[in-house]
Amino acid sequence: MNMLDFLFFIEVTLSGLMAGVMYSLVALGFVLIFKASGIFNFAQGVMALFAALTLVGLMEKFGFPIWLAIIGTIAVMIALAWLIERVMLRQLVNQEPIILFMATIGLAYVLEGMGDILWGSDVKVLDLGIPQGAWEWLYDKGVYIEKLEMFAAGTAAIMVAFLAVFFQKTRIGRALRAVADDHQAALSVGISLHTIWVIVWSVAGIVALVAGIMWGSKSGVQFSLSLIALKALPVLILGGFTSVPGAIIGGMIIGVGEKLAEVYVGPFVGGAIENWFAYMLALAFLLFRPQGLFGEKIIERV
Amino acid sequence: MISGVASAYELVMPTLDYRTGPYAPNGIPFANGYGDYLNMLNERDGGINGARISLVPCETGYNTKKGVECYENTKGEGQSGALVFQPLSTGITYQLIPKASVDEIPIFSMGYGRTSAANGKVFPWVFNFPATYWSQATVFVQYIGEKEGGMANLKGKKIALVYHNSAYGKEPIRTLEKAAEKFGFEFLALPVDHPGQEQKATWLQIRREKPDWVMMWGWGVMNQVAIKEAASIRYPMDRFIGVWWSGSENDVLPAGAAADGYLSGAFHQPGDNFGAHDDIKKHVYDKGMGLGDRDRIGEVLYNRGLVAAMWTSEAIRTAMEIHGTNEIRGTHVRDGFEALEVDEARLKQLGLANFTIPVKVTCENHEGPGKVALQQWDAKAKKWNLVSDFYDPLRDITGPLIAEDSAMFAKENNVSMRSCN
Repeated sequence: MNMLDFLFFIEVTLSGLMAGVMYSLVALGFVLIFKASGIFNFAQGVMALFAALTLVGLMEKFGFPIWLAIIGTIAVMIALAWLIERVMLRQLVNQEPIILFMATIGLAYVLEGMGDILWGSDVKVLDLGIPQGAWEWLYDKGVYIEKLEMFAAGTAAIMVAFLAVFFQKTRIGRALRAVADDHQAALSVGISLHTIWVIVWSVAGIVALVAGIMWGSKSGVQFSLSLIALKALPVLILGGFTSVPGAIIGGMIIGVGEKLAEVYVGPFVGGAIENWFAYMLALAFLLFRPQGLFGEKIIERV
Repeated sequence: MISGVASAYELVMPTLDYRTGPYAPNGIPFANGYGDYLNMLNERDGGINGARISLVPCETGYNTKKGVECYENTKGEGQSGALVFQPLSTGITYQLIPKASVDEIPIFSMGYGRTSAANGKVFPWVFNFPATYWSQATVFVQYIGEKEGGMANLKGKKIALVYHNSAYGKEPIRTLEKAAEKFGFEFLALPVDHPGQEQKATWLQIRREKPDWVMMWGWGVMNQVAIKEAASIRYPMDRFIGVWWSGSENDVLPAGAAADGYLSGAFHQPGDNFGAHDDIKKHVYDKGMGLGDRDRIGEVLYNRGLVAAMWTSEAIRTAMEIHGTNEIRGTHVRDGFEALEVDEARLKQLGLANFTIPVKVTCENHEGPGKVALQQWDAKAKKWNLVSDFYDPLRDITGPLIAEDSAMFAKENNVSMRSCN
């Protein structure tokens, strides 16, 4: 391997890591809700779309400055979480997980339709001033790294740190973990399941906003943003559905794996293998660790 | 001429739209342009030769299965039955080709769909004028040759194709392989899976391979991401050419100033400074009947829908004249398409002077002129400009391929070639 090939390998690996973090941003939202309520939220991708649409809509249609539009969107996502708890989850307490999962499929369609009606279907330009393009310093040395993805990685790191403190150190965080461990036991010590659900869906909504901003800055805000959830699934399978660090590490493994596969194996098998390769990689992990890399091992005594 | 007296007979035209889903940003302006033009004919002229047009919208979501359902659900609408289908999807077009010949309803896959349907002897019910993907690919090769100082200079050059990994995206591959053989350039094909939100690996390969030119057969979010990725790796935009479905405002605006100079194929002008647009504003939007936003009239995909509606309505008008009645059906419209001639003089009458190329379709040639021009994005002015003349395709490459592919279709489907004498 000559120097140029080696640099290219480094470039592919780094790009994979960065792309993986972008997937992790979406996967985080899934993890939060699954961790606190055992619900696989099919609507997480659409929530990212809805949040990004709302952000652009507030800026474009109402002339909000960026900071106010972000606060406004966070308020909308919190209101949405409250509505979801009131209208949907409250009616489905103690139902089978599959029922709750099906309800989130319905939620995805409702949110997508609402986004369409409220903000329209056009491609919207999202410019929050996030740096984009190649990082010049490295580019001049022969390695290409996208600034937007570096920014996303930094944001993800801050978000994970925030979530870690929130879960470990705050009263609400401990209550969330208690609900996640055992609904009945948590209820018996006076934790309000409804409040916890509103909180966790709100946090997932804010995480969706961050994911929507990063992906929307890359491609414009449009309805295909909802499909980024497909990129998060292998990350979840690999990282575990209940682990925040798992979502990050899983994302990076998937990102690097699929990029290396596409660049080095793709040309021999016709290319466009990264999508299915990510799932293959996740399935291979499942063979050895069914709970995922950082998932909780379920031991059931009969 | 047929009498223009108002008639109760309605001309049913289903529209297979996609106003929802990931491809809606492109489906909506096309559907608006198509519907607005035909509604304008209803409002201004009382339809076509006195028969009003009845649009029957059906949402496909750019999904082939739904598109076929739409076809089945709408083909028998009204007294006339569906007169023509414009599927706006290569996948749906492929599925409708065998059905159209049974139901005797023409399919107008304008500039998309199965390229070899250009052979009217094998595909009597399918029309893909004014040009096919294969013609367009050869036009791009000629443009590149011209910029390189002559076709002989293509030898040793490297041209990459970034394509949507679907029937649509794969269409130009064989043509470009043939062109590579003929002109001696190296051809590199790089697929991108649906929807194309993540293409980093593809563009890293382009960065490594350093092609002299990149072509793109993309659709939807794939276009926006590709243009941004190209800008990020500092690929020169004036060496990056998209198919005409990768050359709308939607595709370039998200990349901002970085998209300046990006090229794409075109067969009509952008903009709303034509008489037909004025009539649409006056007879449709002023009455509150417009399908979209008034300020988006004239965008590239709006005009694409408009030109599709114009050629379709002209084919219907021609059919009425051939058969001496305005109570026509799909079979008559097929005849109208096969005798269609919209020259400069007619374009001028329609308020579309210099808007597009003159088109003449025959029984044998369903592709029509096959001419393609290139347009370039001016990021500062936020507008597309035609930057080349209309090139003729390299028929010595496309002709044998069309003959070969259509013959294969005829053999596989037991279709006997009809005579066009």
